Amino acid sequence: MLTYNKRQFTENITGRTVALVCAALLVIVVLSITYFIASKGLSTFFVNGVSISEFLTQVKWDPEGEPAMYGVFPFILGSFLVTALAAIIAAPLGIGAAIFMTEIFPGFGKKVLKPVIELLVGIPSVVYGYVGLSLLVPFIREQFDVLGFSLLAGGLVLALMILPTITSVATDAIEAVPQDLRNASLALGATRWQTIWNVVLHSSLPGCLTAIVLGMARAFGEALAVQMVIGNTTKLPGSLLDPISTLTSGITLNMGNTIQGTPYNNALWSMALLLLAMSFIFIMILRILGRKRAVK
Amino acid sequence: MKKLSKMFMALTFVGALLAGCGSNNAAPAPAQQPAAEQPSTPAPGANNSGSTTTSPGEPVTAVGSTALQPLVEQTAKDFMAKNQGVQIQVQGGGSGTGLSQVASGAAAIGNSDIFAEEKKGIPANELVDHKVAVVGMAAAVSPKVKVDNLTKQQLIDIFTGKITNWKEVGGDDMKITLVNRPKSSGTRATFNKFAMDGKEEAEGITEDSSGTVRKIIAETPGAIGYLALSYFNDTVKPLKLDGVEANAESITTNKYPVWAYEHMYTKGEAAGNAKAFLEFILSDEVQKKTVTDLGFLPITDMKVERDAEGKVTQK
Repeated sequence: MLTYNKRQFTENITGRTVALVCAALLVIVVLSITYFIASKGLSTFFVNGVSISEFLTQVKWDPEGEPAMYGVFPFILGSFLVTALAAIIAAPLGIGAAIFMTEIFPGFGKKVLKPVIELLVGIPSVVYGYVGLSLLVPFIREQFDVLGFSLLAGGLVLALMILPTITSVATDAIEAVPQDLRNASLALGATRWQTIWNVVLHSSLPGCLTAIVLGMARAFGEALAVQMVIGNTTKLPGSLLDPISTLTSGITLNMGNTIQGTPYNNALWSMALLLLAMSFIFIMILRILGRKRAVK
Repeated sequence: MKKLSKMFMALTFVGALLAGCGSNNAAPAPAQQPAAEQPSTPAPGANNSGSTTTSPGEPVTAVGSTALQPLVEQTAKDFMAKNQGVQIQVQGGGSGTGLSQVASGAAAIGNSDIFAEEKKGIPANELVDHKVAVVGMAAAVSPKVKVDNLTKQQLIDIFTGKITNWKEVGGDDMKITLVNRPKSSGTRATFNKFAMDGKEEAEGITEDSSGTVRKIIAETPGAIGYLALSYFNDTVKPLKLDGVEANAESITTNKYPVWAYEHMYTKGEAAGNAKAFLEFILSDEVQKKTVTDLGFLPITDMKVERDAEGKVTQK
């Protein structure tokens, strides 16, 4: 009965080895990227002697000046503001669309709305940037009598870009709410809207939050589209309609023109390290949200 | 047999993965990765025999300045058509990338808008400069601006933020919007040095690509920026500086001072295919046609010479 099957044995071993190598390779890649960015980014502080607090809090950015100034606070602020703005705009829209697709009009939603929204994922970010530059910026300029290149323009473009992420993750979360809960609520005499608001949304809250955080992580790292509409001014903005820079646009605009190993180049790597740290934080938040959902 | 071949495939797969990961670790600089992918880049300076005959199968990489890229690309195409089997690979990446790639030996030719001496962190004495063209730069405004000429002082006042409305320099009542290049850009360095006497620019919209800068200037009322002459078209208007128009005649005599050399650096003397290519780009055939067609000025036409410090001498 329990004959030794050589073929099965070799296949098992090969399969296991291949899987193990793939997994190990991934771990090595992630670790080496982290190590590489950290080693470059930290040399700003340990080799070039810039103080970390100056780097994070000063507002003057002039790495080639005399004396060189390495304040990246405007970039950090820009990244956070534009991400928050995108989330504020896209979250209600995305979750609203998700409710529509699952609770209100599932047939139309699944057949038409979902594919249309998912189509947005496939559009390259340079196209978003160019459309923003050609339509959105002049529109804002005419409406508010300002420059047009602004936080608002960046936030709107990003909101459109993260909308599909938020919608599809939120749809999955809402779909996972058991039908019994809805039935029970309706049986107690709740209206359809009361059911959606108090039962469905409430029990899918961790999932919807996951959707928003995922969208924000995407928005935080987006470079090209934002760079084209945000103005890239290293000055603190006075309002939503003022231009500002983000960490990503600061890196992309300067990386090609600086020399490896110079303090300027290292400072750009430090900004990249900051972005990496932020994405770790986003992942941590996602983990915590996921755990919450699992307990439920 | 089947088992064996499966085993073999799995082993090759694993081997390939490991090899890939090994080389990943060995080359820790991702910025240098594109160059590392071409293992047969000729060692610059390895063959100093002075022969300019080309040999097939020895690819030459020219990396760097995006301003110079169209010229190098076009010339490379023509060169390869003439010399069967010779590969010239042209890549962008910016002047800084070009200089550091050629200095590290990863590329045979490094394209740059600025002198290697002007960039901190580049061993300029190891590099040999080949100036292949000259590019003029001019302040560019949207056609809605009714100003054609600025004095140098007015230009400086505008870019340092002292003058903020076009009516102060004789135009309509219209707010001035500055369109800058990033702090590290070669175009910005040239404009700052020769048009603004090194005064620090005020903050403005910042974009890197010349195409985007042109679009922004064309569409934003009252915008002013600067562009290489090759980028001017109907949508943006060049301004005269102190009454001097930026054209071939005024630039070759340095009457109009805002211009820069386009450099192609090699590490040590150029050799082999790289040398032949550089000689081709300096030949009359390219200088008289391709160079002018693409909006540059032939290096051979220059009546003055300028060094890395900006000192000008008559030729």
